Amino acid sequence: MAALFYILAALSVISALTVVGARNPVTSVIALVVCFLSIAAHYVLLNAQFLAMVHVIVYTGAIMVLFLFVIMLLNLNKPDGPRKSLAMRLAAAVAGGLLFITLAAAVRQGVQIPPAAGFDPGVGLVRSVGHVLFTEFLLPFEVSSVLFLSAIVGVVMLAKKDKDGTDQATDITEAERARRAA
Amino acid sequence: MEQGILTAIRTVPLDHYVLLSFLLFGIGAAGVALRRNTIIVLMCIELMFNSVNLLLAAFSAHHSDPRGQVFVFFIMLVAAAEVTVGLSILVMMKRIVDSVDVDQMNRLKG
Amino acid sequence: MNQDLLAALVPALPLAGAIILASLRRKLSANAAGGLATALIVGAFAASVLLFLGFDAAQGGRTVKLLDWVRLAGMDIPLALRIDALSLTMMFIVTGVGALIHLYSIGYMHADERAATFFAQLNLFTFAMLLLVMGSNFLVTFIGWEGVGLCSYLLIGFWYRTPEYNYAARKAFVMNRIGDVGMVLAMVLLFQRFGTLEYDAIMDRASGVNDPLMVAATLFLFLGATGKSAQIPLFTWLPDAMAGPTPVSALIHAATMVTAGIFLTVRSSALFELAPFTQDIILWVGTATALLAASIGLFQNDIKKVLAYSTVSQLGYMFVALGLGSYSAAMFHVTTHAFFKALLFLGAGSVIHALGGEQDIRRMGGLKAPVRTTYITFLIGTIAIAGLPLMSGFFSKDLIMAFAFQRSPVLFALLLAGALMTAFYMFRLLFLVFHGSYRGKAHPHESPLTMTVPLMVLSVLSVAGGLLNLPHLFGGHEAMKHFLETAAEGIRYESLELSAMTEIVLMALTTVLVGVVIYIAHGRFAVKATLEGDEAAMPFLKRLVARRWRVDELYRALFERPFGWLSTNLHAIAENRVVAPLVRGVGDAALRVGETVRGLQTGNAGFHLLAMLCGLILLLTFTLMGG
Repeated sequence: MAALFYILAALSVISALTVVGARNPVTSVIALVVCFLSIAAHYVLLNAQFLAMVHVIVYTGAIMVLFLFVIMLLNLNKPDGPRKSLAMRLAAAVAGGLLFITLAAAVRQGVQIPPAAGFDPGVGLVRSVGHVLFTEFLLPFEVSSVLFLSAIVGVVMLAKKDKDGTDQATDITEAERARRAA
Repeated sequence: MEQGILTAIRTVPLDHYVLLSFLLFGIGAAGVALRRNTIIVLMCIELMFNSVNLLLAAFSAHHSDPRGQVFVFFIMLVAAAEVTVGLSILVMMKRIVDSVDVDQMNRLKG
Repeated sequence: MNQDLLAALVPALPLAGAIILASLRRKLSANAAGGLATALIVGAFAASVLLFLGFDAAQGGRTVKLLDWVRLAGMDIPLALRIDALSLTMMFIVTGVGALIHLYSIGYMHADERAATFFAQLNLFTFAMLLLVMGSNFLVTFIGWEGVGLCSYLLIGFWYRTPEYNYAARKAFVMNRIGDVGMVLAMVLLFQRFGTLEYDAIMDRASGVNDPLMVAATLFLFLGATGKSAQIPLFTWLPDAMAGPTPVSALIHAATMVTAGIFLTVRSSALFELAPFTQDIILWVGTATALLAASIGLFQNDIKKVLAYSTVSQLGYMFVALGLGSYSAAMFHVTTHAFFKALLFLGAGSVIHALGGEQDIRRMGGLKAPVRTTYITFLIGTIAIAGLPLMSGFFSKDLIMAFAFQRSPVLFALLLAGALMTAFYMFRLLFLVFHGSYRGKAHPHESPLTMTVPLMVLSVLSVAGGLLNLPHLFGGHEAMKHFLETAAEGIRYESLELSAMTEIVLMALTTVLVGVVIYIAHGRFAVKATLEGDEAAMPFLKRLVARRWRVDELYRALFERPFGWLSTNLHAIAENRVVAPLVRGVGDAALRVGETVRGLQTGNAGFHLLAMLCGLILLLTFTLMGG
C-alpha cells in the first residue's frame, strides 16, 4: 500500500509542476485538477473520507469549474503573452527550491514527531469530523457563513457597473483605458 | 480495503507527507513569483493552500485528532471565498486594462 | 465673605485683567484699558483689606490650598497660598502701591499706541508678584519669581524699537537668571534634605538642624535674592532697567519686584538663623552695595539713574538689616521705601512728562513754579529718603542703623556714610531739577490729575509711614514688628537693646550730619548749580566713581568677552565643523538610503513575494543554524 502513496505523490508533484510550467492556461487548469484529485486520493489513503469528498466537491467541482469558466469568459485559452525575465524566473525557481530545502532541513533536524498514542482509524469519518464541527467549532462554522455573505456582497460590488456604464470600482476614464490597452 | 488503508497510514512515515507538502508549497510559491498571468498565480495560491491542507490532514490522521481535519474544512471555506473574490477582481482587471498581467498592477509602486 | 475665596481672588483679579487686556488689546482705548487694569488692582487691594480684617494675627498663618499640582510618590506640592502677617504686608504694598502706579500710568501712557499691552503686562506683573509673596511653598513662589522676571523683561524692553532698551531688557533677564539658578539649587537642596517645599514644614523641620547643607542652601537662596534685589555682584542690571517707562521703574524696580529677595529671605528666616555664616555674608554684601551704589549716585546726571542707584543702595540697607537678623526692620524699610521711592520715581516721571521726555538733570532746573504739585511731593519724598526726623525714612533707616550700632560702631559709621551720601545726591537732584534757573528748551507743563493724585497719596504715606512701626522712644509700640512676628513661629526677631539715651544720641548725630550735607548741597546746587563737566577732566578717583566704578566694564572684560570669544569659536569649530555636518550627514544619509531602498518598492506582487520567500528562507536558516 505504501507504493500507492509514492505513485500518488509523484503524480501530485508532476501535475503541480505542469500547473506552473504550462504555457496555455487551460493546460494549467487541467493539471491542477489532476493535482487536486491526487490530493483527494491522499485523503482517502489517510482514511479522511469526509475531507476527500468535500475536497472533490469544493475544489474540483466548484473552484476549478469557476477557473475554467473565467478562462472561457475572458478568452484566455491561448498561449500566454509576455513572460517574466529569465533572471526573475530563475530567481523564483531557486527561491522555491531553497524554501523546500530549508523546510525539509528544518523537519530533518528540528521537528520531532511523536508517535500517535491510542491510534483511532475512524478519526476522518464523517461522523467524528461532523461531531467536532458541530460541537466544538459551531461558532466558527456559523461565523464562516458571514464570511461567505461578505464575499458574495464584495463580488457583486466589484462586478456591478454604474448606470452610465463606467466601472464603479475605479475612476479610470475611457481615454486612460485606451492608453493602457495600447 | 479498510485494512489496506490503515497500513498505508502506518507504513508511510509522516515525514514523507511533510516533505510532499513542502514540495508542493515550494512549487506553488515559485509559481506565484514566476508567472505573469493572474489566473495562474491564483491557481498557484490554491496549490499552496492544498499543500497546507494535506499537511494538516496527515498530522490529524497520525494523531487521531479530528480537529485538524475541521481546520482543513475551514481553510477550504476561506479558499472558496478567496477564489470568488480573486476571480471577480481578475474579471474587472481584464475589463479595465484589458490584460491579466500581474505586472501591470503596480500602482503600489513606491 | 469666605476667606479662602478672598485669598484666591487677590491674585486672580490681576490675572483676569492681564488675560482680558491681552486679548482685547487692539480694541480697547488707552483710557479704557488703564481704567480696567486699575479697577482690578483696586479690587485686589480691597480683597487684601478684607482678608486683613478677617485675619487673626494671634492664630498665626494659614494655608489656602487651591488645587493639587505636583503629586508624585514622595512629592506633594500643592498650588496653595499662605496668608500670614508677612504675605499680607507684601500684598498691601503690591496692590496698594501698585494701584496708585496703575492710576498714574493712565496719565503717563495715554498717548502710547500700545497702552493696552502695557497695562496687560503691568497686570500680569502684579499677578506674578502676588503669587510670589502669597505662595505657600518655594515652587509657587518660584513661579511668581520667574513671572516677575519675565514681566520685568517685557516692560523694560517695552519701547522695543530702541536697541539699547532691548539690550537693557536682556541684561536684566540674564542677571536675574543667574540668581534664579541659585534659587533652583536651593530648592533642590532643601527638597532633598526635608522632602517638602512647603515653607512651614521646612521651617518646622529645620529647627535645630546644624549642618553645612543649611549654609549652602541659604547661600544659594541669597544668590537668588541678589539677582532679584540687585545686590553685589548682580546689581548692574537695575540702573539699565530704567529704560522702561517710568511707572514700570516705580512699580517693578523700586517698590515691589526688587524687594522679592528681601521677602524671600524673611520668608525663610528660620533657615538663615541656622546659618550665621550666610548672615555675615549678607551683612557685608548689603553694606558694600549700599556704599557702592550711593557713591555712584553722587555723579549721575540722569534723573532716573540717580533714583535707580538710590534704590540699589536702599536695598543694601535692607540686606544689612537681614544680615543683622532684624527681619522686621528690613520689612519696615521695604514698606517705607516702597512709599517714598515710588513717590520719587513717579515724581521723576512727572518731570520727564512735563519736559516731553527729557531725563538729563543738566538741562532741567527752576521747575519749582511750573510743576508745583510735583515739586512739593518730590520734596517730601526727598526728605523722607534722606531721613529727616519724623518722616517714614527716618524711622526705618534709623532702626537699621541702631541695629548696626548694636553690632559694631564701624558698621554704623559705614551706614552713616551711606546715609549722608544718600542725602547729598537726593538733594543735589532736587536742587538741580527744581531750583535755580531753567536750562532746557522744552516748555514745562504740570501733569494731569491721574498722575498728581497718586503723588499726593504717596507723599502722605511717605510722611506717615513711620507710624506703622513707631518705636517706643516716640510713644509707639513697634506694631509692625509684633505683627510680623506672628508669621514666623519660633523665630525670635532681633530686638533693640540700646538705651534710650544712645538711641537719641545716634539719631541726633545722624540728623545733624544730614543737615550739614543738605546745607552743602544747597550751596553747590541750589545757589549756583554746579554741573559735572567732562568726565575726562576729573581727578582719577572721582572719574572712577562717576563711571560707576567701572563695574560694567569689569563684567564685560571678565565674562562677556571670554564668553563671546568662546561662543564665536564654538560656533566656528564645534558647530560648523562638527555638529552641523554630523546632523546634516544623518539627514542626508537617511535620504540617500531612502532613495536607494525605494527602488525595492516595485509594486510588483511577484517580486514582493519573492522577497518574502527569501526572508523566510533566511529566517529559517538562521533559526536552524542558531538552534
